Amino acid sequence: MTDTPEAVGGAVDVVPAGAPTLPVIDVRSGMFGSSGSGDTSGYGGLVRTVEMPAPTARPFGGWFDEVADEMDLALQDDGLSLDAAVEAVVVDRGEVTFHVRAEHLLAFVRRLRDESALRFEICTGVSGAHYPHQTGRELHAVWHFLSITHNRRVRVEVSAPESHPHVPSIVSVYPADDWHERETFDMFGIVFDDHPGLTRILMPDDWVGFPQRKDYPLGGIPVEYKGATIPPPDERRSYSS
Amino acid sequence: MNDVSYEAAFDDGVTADAPDTDAYAGAYDTTEGRVYTVTGGDWDTVLAAADGEKERVVVNMGPQHPSTHGVLRLILEMQGETITEARCAIGYLHTGIEKNLEYRTWTQGVAYVTRMDYLAPIANEAAYCLGVEKLLGIVDDVPPRAQLMRIITLELNRISSHLVALATGGMEMGALTAMTNGFRDRELVLDMLEMITGLRMNHAYIRPGGVAQDMPEGGVEKIRAVLKQLPAQLDGVPTMLVDNGIWKDRTSGIGYLDLAGCMALGITGPVLRSAGLPHDLRKSQPYFGYEKFEFDVPTTDTCDVYGRFLVRLEEINQSMRILDQALDMLEPGPVMVADKKIAWPAQLSIGGDGQGNSLEHIRHIMGESMEALIHHFKLVTEGFHVPAGQVYAAIEAPRGEVGVHIVSDGGTRPYRVHFRDPSFNNLQATAAMCEGGQVADVVGAIASIDPVLGGVDR
Amino acid sequence: MGIEEALPEGIILTTVEKAAGLARSHSMWPATFGLACCSIEMMSTGAGRFDLARFGMEVFRPSPRQADLMIVAGRLSQKMAPVLRQIYDQMPEPKWVLAMGVCASSGGMFNNYAIVQGVDHIVPVDIYLPGCPPRPEMLIDAILKLHAQVQETKLGAHRQKEITALEEAALVAEPTSAMKGLLR
Repeated sequence: MTDTPEAVGGAVDVVPAGAPTLPVIDVRSGMFGSSGSGDTSGYGGLVRTVEMPAPTARPFGGWFDEVADEMDLALQDDGLSLDAAVEAVVVDRGEVTFHVRAEHLLAFVRRLRDESALRFEICTGVSGAHYPHQTGRELHAVWHFLSITHNRRVRVEVSAPESHPHVPSIVSVYPADDWHERETFDMFGIVFDDHPGLTRILMPDDWVGFPQRKDYPLGGIPVEYKGATIPPPDERRSYSS
Repeated sequence: MNDVSYEAAFDDGVTADAPDTDAYAGAYDTTEGRVYTVTGGDWDTVLAAADGEKERVVVNMGPQHPSTHGVLRLILEMQGETITEARCAIGYLHTGIEKNLEYRTWTQGVAYVTRMDYLAPIANEAAYCLGVEKLLGIVDDVPPRAQLMRIITLELNRISSHLVALATGGMEMGALTAMTNGFRDRELVLDMLEMITGLRMNHAYIRPGGVAQDMPEGGVEKIRAVLKQLPAQLDGVPTMLVDNGIWKDRTSGIGYLDLAGCMALGITGPVLRSAGLPHDLRKSQPYFGYEKFEFDVPTTDTCDVYGRFLVRLEEINQSMRILDQALDMLEPGPVMVADKKIAWPAQLSIGGDGQGNSLEHIRHIMGESMEALIHHFKLVTEGFHVPAGQVYAAIEAPRGEVGVHIVSDGGTRPYRVHFRDPSFNNLQATAAMCEGGQVADVVGAIASIDPVLGGVDR
Repeated sequence: MGIEEALPEGIILTTVEKAAGLARSHSMWPATFGLACCSIEMMSTGAGRFDLARFGMEVFRPSPRQADLMIVAGRLSQKMAPVLRQIYDQMPEPKWVLAMGVCASSGGMFNNYAIVQGVDHIVPVDIYLPGCPPRPEMLIDAILKLHAQVQETKLGAHRQKEITALEEAALVAEPTSAMKGLLR
């Protein structure tokens, strides 16, 4: 009791006030990721959260600040600002991610393409991701843009809840995104509003379900060998955490 | 014997009154009017039945067809010989590789990923491993010999992939000798890849942290011998096709897609370079040490099939140039990252009973070091952990930019891997290239995009 | 069908079997059903180094109506399965199916929602060829084994006897799941 921080030398701010909270994408219990059968590791009571890298505060470092400032200036011509359009900016592993609000996505990408200081000519496509633990923001659509002129890349991420999985389509700005959005719809069920023809592209047209969501099973079958049966990969005992 | 009768599960149209109806063809009503499916032989009956209605002829090419690009289905609406609308239907090779990766460790993912674009498997592996290494933060720790081995196999793969593109493109346009010559030359390159990696195709060679095996003894000399032999042999295709009147007539001016079109559709690779833009990720965003190499990025400005054919031919020559320089740069050293918590532990060699871990490695892990045994066991069964986060890594594959978006949740298995395959993107240009042209040019245009349906459908 | 159905067992039928086997196995024309990576190895087998023309098989017929052998080369996805069946139905008898590669034989490494776990779910397979992908030499070995099988095909009354014998053997055979102790 006599060696608490307050007693030793005054209150210590371990976590500074106003620090951004880490986005938690999962909570796991037990060790080694085993579930179902008896957890014999002895760590059955362990509870850990899985967090993605936290949003970064200014300054971002490198050319990321320049892109953010140019974007801010450009969005003001649309009556918006960077803070209004963007929920968070994450700078991690040398890459910058703009978490854009769905309603401002089209304005954002139009500026990405047209502003001379930004000039992200090529949209390399949209990728989906499903984070079932983040209620209200389960489905993410992730775009990557390449600027040949300035030789740099950015990532734009938009979230949508599973109950209303609608995200604006950017095909009117980047026609290259056509099939990519169809694929993300096919695999995740994210409906891209105003897409010229949003139908399944990889699965048969009458397929039910969205295969790459986390609640969709892998769909394998058990394999019978001489004297033994091996269950499919998603039902095997696994030791992955 | 039992007399089993089955309820008709579907109405195939065959009745007592119409016994000759084809089970696979028939007529049905849609919002656009009555649609007749013709499978041959019944054209006259269909014409009679459809008499008076506005005629739109939609021809279906594929998914099984003699073109060698895979199970691509082309739906062409034609007015005589001219295409009025061209659409691609894909998904006939969808394998669910991306979902499968979520149930395998990071290193096992290489074996899956290599089977996407099966004509450039090393490129897929390279992009995936670049992404994993970025997530791990060990991009600079990969030993230089491993980087050189990656470049050597990448360029060998580029040569073999372009040879298939030229061979199959030639065959589809009628130049059958291009096919036999192209595949003959490709065998030389595949011999080299087999010598280095052990397999002719789908080598799971590039692993996160390095490469699986070192160059075998005498390998460098063998590659140099092939590099001496290849240009003379490869000369067959250019001599035959470049400035060949028939070939030029068949391929010039068709499949036209200019720079604006390429930018709008996000096209990368030889198609973009045939529109005049020298964009190559090996030059603009180098990886694996490409900045140390001297090579040119060939372009033409004709934006047509002939231009792309020339670009691919010249890229083969540039790849041989890179290979020459890479072989000179090879210095002895490790081929896996030094961090024992990530490095793939196996040291493979050929023994009396086939390929397996070398005897020194077995002696080391069984007799000398308990830690080495534990590491070997844990790395192979459980795999290494990759810190949480997401990353996008892109490399210049023979078909364009192959990008991989990897999300990790800190575990031993990927949380989400998405491949941005160049063929998937580039096939969107089919409509722009084919509509308004002749049906015979569709084959040439698709051949010039050089799609590989394994990458398109994943 | 033809003369072979009407002949009684005996030397004439065996001679007809030999002649039919010779004719069928020595000019078997493959249908192009290359799906994925195995199709590239199939093309290499037809090319110069591993020549299929020496067996009379370099003419890969695009039209199934003219083909005898369907080499299913590659992974069969759920979307492609009806097309496979349609092509198989369009081939006239006698026809054979070679499942090339592990994906065609059993689904291969892709045990998931998108791949049919073996084309024998869709078409009857005569010979399975493992490998990922099988080398061209392996494909030629499989084709030669198929040729040997076709050469030995029994017709008419002999075939009836053979079917009865096979069925009786299958009824008493040990099921795979009961062969314990072999999985190492």
